[in-house]
Amino acid sequence: MSTATDLDRPAAAPAFQQVSTNRKTRNRIATGLVWTAFTAALLPLVWLLITVLARGFEYVLTADWWQKSFAGLTSRQFGGGVYHAIVGTLLQGLICAIIAVPIAILVAIYLVEYGKNSRLASAVTFTVDILSGVPSIVAALFIYALWVTTLGMPRSAFAVSLALVLLMIPVVVRTTEELLKIVPDELREAAYALGIPKWKTIVKIVIPTALSGIITGISLAIARVMGETAPVLILVGYNSFINYDPFAGSMASLPLLMNSERLTTNDVGEARVWGAAVTLILIITLFNLLGSLISRATSLKTK
Amino acid sequence: MAKRIDVKDLNLYYGKFHAVDQVSLAVPPHSVTAFIGPSGCGKSTVLRSLNRMHEVIPGARAEGKVLLDGEDIYASTVDPVSVRRTIGMVFQRPNPFPTMSIRDNVVAGLRLAGEKNKGKLDEVAEQALRGANLWAEVKDRLAKPGGGLSGGQQQRLCIARAIAVRPDVLLMDEPCSALDPISTLAIEDLIGELKKDYTIVIVTHNMQQAARVSDQCAFFNLAGVGQPGRLIELDDTEKIFSNPGQKATEDYISGRFG
Repeated sequence: MSTATDLDRPAAAPAFQQVSTNRKTRNRIATGLVWTAFTAALLPLVWLLITVLARGFEYVLTADWWQKSFAGLTSRQFGGGVYHAIVGTLLQGLICAIIAVPIAILVAIYLVEYGKNSRLASAVTFTVDILSGVPSIVAALFIYALWVTTLGMPRSAFAVSLALVLLMIPVVVRTTEELLKIVPDELREAAYALGIPKWKTIVKIVIPTALSGIITGISLAIARVMGETAPVLILVGYNSFINYDPFAGSMASLPLLMNSERLTTNDVGEARVWGAAVTLILIITLFNLLGSLISRATSLKTK
Repeated sequence: MAKRIDVKDLNLYYGKFHAVDQVSLAVPPHSVTAFIGPSGCGKSTVLRSLNRMHEVIPGARAEGKVLLDGEDIYASTVDPVSVRRTIGMVFQRPNPFPTMSIRDNVVAGLRLAGEKNKGKLDEVAEQALRGANLWAEVKDRLAKPGGGLSGGQQQRLCIARAIAVRPDVLLMDEPCSALDPISTLAIEDLIGELKKDYTIVIVTHNMQQAARVSDQCAFFNLAGVGQPGRLIELDDTEKIFSNPGQKATEDYISGRFG
């Protein structure tokens, strides 16, 4: 019995056309452009990482590097470590975060939950936009003028933190604002309909829903301000000893250490600068990883 | 306990837009009242004004009286939060709190009102879930997130959440429009049972549903785009669907317009 019936033959010419050459070409060009842009963006980054790691990685491999300062060492002696600068960077970043994060989150809550389209809210948004465009040196000089010149306080790590606060607030406000905006209004309404007051809705429903993103935003912002250089150059002195007091005395930090050891024009200086650069990159990476870990732990689950 | 609602000369606005004009109606306790009508006729707006959710939208305001067992919920001394605690609401799209487990979703209203006793919360959670016909399906996974349930289960979770605060009235804004027929049936059965304990007002676009679940039916209509919505007719469901008093109602339910 023959099974080759009419059904096996196409009844008519195919109704669909092939992808036109014109579209294929355009697709290829666009793909090429995207890849070129991607490479152009990535290349400097990879280059920088390789250079820094190649020149500095060997110095951070000793235990002393992470536990000791340069105290008692001259600029011709190898050895010692950057513990004093790590302490400074972390302390300044932490104090900055403690001051900036609550302010920024409250501002974002006001903008999204209360201000909406009010005139004050648009004024605040405008100010935050301007603040986010302020160069770090301007923030540093402003704090110098306010804290040191006007109020007569000494230069200190705390002054650095204050300048960093100015740089951190707009970043955290922006990210928190965006995240609160994407929390659906339906959740707010569901809470109101249960007789939950507005402030409790914000604290217990809205913020927890956006929390994982907010934490990521904060950790990125901390990582960013820890690498800021202008405030530490202007607002605190360098010293090679360990100083835990943010209100008195000079305090090293990794960017500041790099800048002062840069002037040591021998192998020792070079080792210290590249080593500090690797250390700073590692610490910032660690912060970003920590942020994404916490955000994964707090992210919304459906299973 | 179920209470009666009397709406008197209610006018609702969104900013300058007059959305609902002069609505007066009465909802007896332990009954199901369905609001039907074409889109934009203001039935959801009226529903939301019954527990002061209307004013949550910026610029929205209400004029007139809504009496719950004789007490005006729009009186100047009344706290809208306490009104919403007394008059619960279920929304069109299921909206469980994504950060909370199934159990925590159900007791969210009580817990955020300050109830801390874990034993009591567990008891309320079970009662409410049983009341919403969901207990058997979720009793083994109360600690799992509410977002993992199916759409119909999520909607019943939202009903459980609404009845867990023991309201007197339950408002439902097209509770089945995002659900499949089987889940819809489950919710309709549930509405029939909930009538024993609550006064229920439901907005629906589905006229068969209105005919199936409601005791009385309110038909809303609007004269044209940009015109305020009006209550055309309120009567027993049987009468509305067999022998309505107004021509517009008959046209609408027989499918001649809308």
